[in-house]
Amino acid sequence: MALMTFRQALHDTLREEMLRDESVLLLGEEIGVFEGSYKITAGLLAEFGERRVRDTPIAEEGFTGAAIGAAMLGLRPVVEIMTINFSLLALDQIVNHAAKIYGMFGGQARVPLVIRTPGGGGQQLGATHSQNVELYYAFVPGMKVVAPSTPADAKALLLAAIRDDDPVLFLENLTLYNTKGEVPEASVPAEIGRAAITRPGRDLTLIGYSRTAWVASQVAEELAETEGLEIEVIDLRSLRPLDRATLVESVKRTSCAVVLEDDWLTYGIGAEVAASISDGAFDYLDAPVRRVAMAEVPLPYSKVLETAALPSHEDVINAIYQTLDAVGRRRPGARR
Amino acid sequence: MLVIRRFEERAARSYTQALIGGYCHLNLGEEAAVVGLVTALEDRDYLFTNYREHGYALERGISPERVMAELYGRVDGVSKGWGGSMHLFDLDHRLVGGYGIVGGQLPLATGAGLAISYRASDEVVMCTMGDGTTNIGAFHESLNLAALWHLPVVYVIINNQLGMGTTVERSSAEPELARRAASYRMASARVDGLDPLATYAAARNAVAAARAGEPFLLEVVSERLRGHSVVDPAKYRSAAEVQALSDHDPVRLVGARLMLEGLLDADALAVLDEEAKAIAEHAAAFAEASPHPDPATLFDYNYATPVANDLRRLPGEALFAARARPTEVV
Ligand SMILES: Cc1ncc(C[n+]2csc(CCOP(=O)(O)OP(=O)(O)O)c2C)c(N)n1
Ligand SMILES: [Mg+2]
Repeated sequence: MALMTFRQALHDTLREEMLRDESVLLLGEEIGVFEGSYKITAGLLAEFGERRVRDTPIAEEGFTGAAIGAAMLGLRPVVEIMTINFSLLALDQIVNHAAKIYGMFGGQARVPLVIRTPGGGGQQLGATHSQNVELYYAFVPGMKVVAPSTPADAKALLLAAIRDDDPVLFLENLTLYNTKGEVPEASVPAEIGRAAITRPGRDLTLIGYSRTAWVASQVAEELAETEGLEIEVIDLRSLRPLDRATLVESVKRTSCAVVLEDDWLTYGIGAEVAASISDGAFDYLDAPVRRVAMAEVPLPYSKVLETAALPSHEDVINAIYQTLDAVGRRRPGARR
Repeated sequence: MLVIRRFEERAARSYTQALIGGYCHLNLGEEAAVVGLVTALEDRDYLFTNYREHGYALERGISPERVMAELYGRVDGVSKGWGGSMHLFDLDHRLVGGYGIVGGQLPLATGAGLAISYRASDEVVMCTMGDGTTNIGAFHESLNLAALWHLPVVYVIINNQLGMGTTVERSSAEPELARRAASYRMASARVDGLDPLATYAAARNAVAAARAGEPFLLEVVSERLRGHSVVDPAKYRSAAEVQALSDHDPVRLVGARLMLEGLLDADALAVLDEEAKAIAEHAAAFAEASPHPDPATLFDYNYATPVANDLRRLPGEALFAARARPTEVV
């Protein structure tokens, strides 16, 4: 085990995979000479050269599509799209091509592609630079979408994504890059499609992914200390496939759930989670599954407005309390 | 050329008999272009096309039976019934896709060129498109990347002068489409696509340039003898224009030339034509006899790498097995 940041875990894993497999190459805007907008690829151009670390023009559709074509011929490109907002320019290549080529041609061609891209608001970047549109990709059969929340998972899921023969959207988050955690030395890929119960508990199931899984852990720990609540935390880790069984089994034990998401509420990831729980654990539910999501507006620039639009710590706590009230499970002596 | 002609005519008939579904775009009028282009490729080279690609599949050597079976959506089709007319694919013949999204194949072909150059191997990628496709963003992004990275890709514009009902003049500010290459300092040429030998010579030259490590833009001026797809009556074309089309029919022109040069007489040509018709008929009979895919195979191509919790559920099937209300609820 080594303590390191999420950023370092990504960097080291990319480097390790490039050393292990010559078919792995990196493409993206400003990943080489500039060392990456968020410095994930720092030093890699110097070490591997322009053949393996390829700066691209500002042409998301072009270079993402080129990575898909290169993957069809057996390379394993890892594309960095500066932020998930810009992936919309490559939407056609990802959705109509990467995701469909394997099935549409009857299994004759594979697309072993990874698209790494950070999402997330809260940095006063305004409406065009603060979105969480991972849902657009999680919606599409043929795609795999993973969303780690810890440095250890960043490593394990990136290993899995690079070694997988399907297109994987690897969701990162600006606010997670500097978070720290223990990362195993050994390189063991995670199993894509499995959620993790990161904290067991029997009072309530709290679900998140990427940044919101991190928030869920923090809140569960806080409420354990202050209220003695035993909250079970589920980190989805994979948005497609979605590990519905883990969600359902957890709710069978806790009888209630709150899901945290950074995207918009309507038709969001939380809606799919809630529907899945209702489908598999309806008879066990003692309260509606509550969703905490972003306000349905283009995220404003003003710090005050931005803060009002994003889900807050208070929003999460309130949703938990309201749910516990509904099931009659608040502990005596609890605050409020 | 004759095989393509008779195959396409047969496909049109099968379409009107509802044996073929969806959209069906034909290469009628483009036979000389198809033959000239594909003949310039080596077996190891890769070919990306748009949705108007039956002729390319045949010319690459894929059996007419398997191409027709794909149009019929049958298991023996090149894409096993998953692709249809617009999405023919056969790795053995390195036809790496017909693509239904205008311009979708351009970034992919560019990336195939990248993979070849990355491995320092010597295949070439040919990527065909229509005239209307030169106006889509992917055209610019792809050609710029290919020139910047010195990729072995021949981009071919089949200028049949129409994108659906829109003429080149009404859609392209620079109607001499090959001139767009100048924006990328890319070599280019414009050739008469009704002449298979001229097209072949130009394509050979372009392929040689690509094999030497530089992309090329080749404009092949061609004709679309019928509507955009089988169902399009092309009412936007004037009677005079339609009348003149027979003077621009490459099959007729090549036949006339062969006879003029004494290489073929009318009888020999008729024999060849009968052979081509028989091939098309045989393909249609094969396609009709080929089984439909088994619905039980619906999830066979969800993923190349199997994955936990992959959802294999038919409409109406519950996600979780229904169960009785538990007696003990905490
Ligand atoms: C992105 C996209 N927009 C629109 C269409 C609908 N469409 C199909 S073919 C076509 C015309 C294309 O013309 P051209 O590039 O000249 O090719 P041609 O059909 O003449 O071979 C259009 C608009 C499409 N398939 N994809
Ligand atoms: Mg056209």
